[in-house]
Amino acid sequence: MAFSRIAMPTLSVLAAVVLAVGFYLAFFVSPEDYQQGQTVKIMYVHVPSAWLAMMGYGFIALSSFGLLVFRHPLADVSAKAAVPIGAAFTFLALVTGSLWGKPMWGTYWVWDARLTSVLILFFLYLGLMALRSSMDDEVTAGKLTAILALVGVVILPFIKISVEGLTIPWLGIEIPSWNTLHQPSSVLRAGGPKIHPSILIPLLVNALGFTLLFFAMHLKSMRNEILRRRVRALTMAEVQRAQAFEAEILAE
Amino acid sequence: MTGFVAILGRDLRLALRDGGAMGTALGFYLIVVSMMPLAVGPDLKMLSRIAAGVLWIALLLSALLSLGRIFETDFEDGSLDIIAGCGLPLELVVAAKSLVHWLTTGIPLALAAPILGLLLNFDLSATPFLVATMLVGTVAISFLGAIAAALTLRARKSGVLVAVMVLPLYVPTLIYGITAISIALTPPGSPWPSFLLLSAISLASVVLGPLAAAAALRYQVQ
Repeated sequence: MAFSRIAMPTLSVLAAVVLAVGFYLAFFVSPEDYQQGQTVKIMYVHVPSAWLAMMGYGFIALSSFGLLVFRHPLADVSAKAAVPIGAAFTFLALVTGSLWGKPMWGTYWVWDARLTSVLILFFLYLGLMALRSSMDDEVTAGKLTAILALVGVVILPFIKISVEGLTIPWLGIEIPSWNTLHQPSSVLRAGGPKIHPSILIPLLVNALGFTLLFFAMHLKSMRNEILRRRVRALTMAEVQRAQAFEAEILAE
Repeated sequence: MTGFVAILGRDLRLALRDGGAMGTALGFYLIVVSMMPLAVGPDLKMLSRIAAGVLWIALLLSALLSLGRIFETDFEDGSLDIIAGCGLPLELVVAAKSLVHWLTTGIPLALAAPILGLLLNFDLSATPFLVATMLVGTVAISFLGAIAAALTLRARKSGVLVAVMVLPLYVPTLIYGITAISIALTPPGSPWPSFLLLSAISLASVVLGPLAAAAALRYQVQ
């Protein structure tokens, strides 16, 4: 709590500043696409959201691993806090993707490989939330959700490969994609990014801003969860004290 | 090993003498498949085109119905606690129970598929391939399903929850099962790569399922 008291406001202010710069760059500095016009600017929200959707799940899996292996109680709080935020970014990636798809592909939704795998990632997030909310005992719920998160992270590569395909030329591996329209990732690729710096720099600034926002919200959510648990523990203690007091009076 | 065989025999006997689960799954399979032409129209050409997909989806849903039974009855009457305490690794217990689910649900559903395929004008030449992919794919359905069944033992309204958790995990199985059949139906290209990938996923889930489900059971039984 002492750490987050200082870190949370710092992160929030940083996120706000970086996002403000990022949006300024995105809206006023970065050029329009010669084909896509202004709609290319959806990218500055879409790409960071998609990145955080994946990073969020990785973060949850890491926290879950921490809970099951090192049995640290804070790991459960961290995993629980990260799920809704990750799910929100996944949803944002889907919505912005579909809004971008309307002018580009002429329809809000196509069963493109990468859209589909993000949709399935969203379902995995829903599963985590549904499992946790279905149990009254918080400790068991935390551990079982952690197992599901780890199972998900093992199966996620299989899902990604089966939907999007996989090509590793020097191993002779070539698994075709289920279906594809979406352009392949052009920031993370061997041989350096394929985007012009005038677009790449605002994109990276926005990605950093959204990542800071993710961690600021995550810390805030963790603080809330810890406070909620303390209040619950205090209430329980209060009830027990009242019961003991009552028993004493009855005994007299 | 004797413990593994004992649990296998016990659960098989229970499933066969009860008989309800298998019958329900097969009945559900028949009904879902026969609702499909009512929904999309009786055009035989179109039915033939979507037959493989419909058969697979209906198979997934039918198998899903009985997933809860893998541990539920044993958990409720307390025999799961006794089995867990008898010294046999919990992973083997889960493996035996998942195997019984495959034997009593996966195999009957896979064998029923070609008969239901007749209702959808499924191309008969691809029937052996359809049955083969389903026999292999249902292994993954049973063993991955055991994870969801173990996780939701203490949950309220576990039925819908199992579906939400486990259906996304079935995506690779579904995709390679369908791909293998559709390549077999349209000759250029070989269906074997997809079939081998499907087999690899099934084998991987035979390892992953018992490990994860046993970990989940440990937190819930005494």
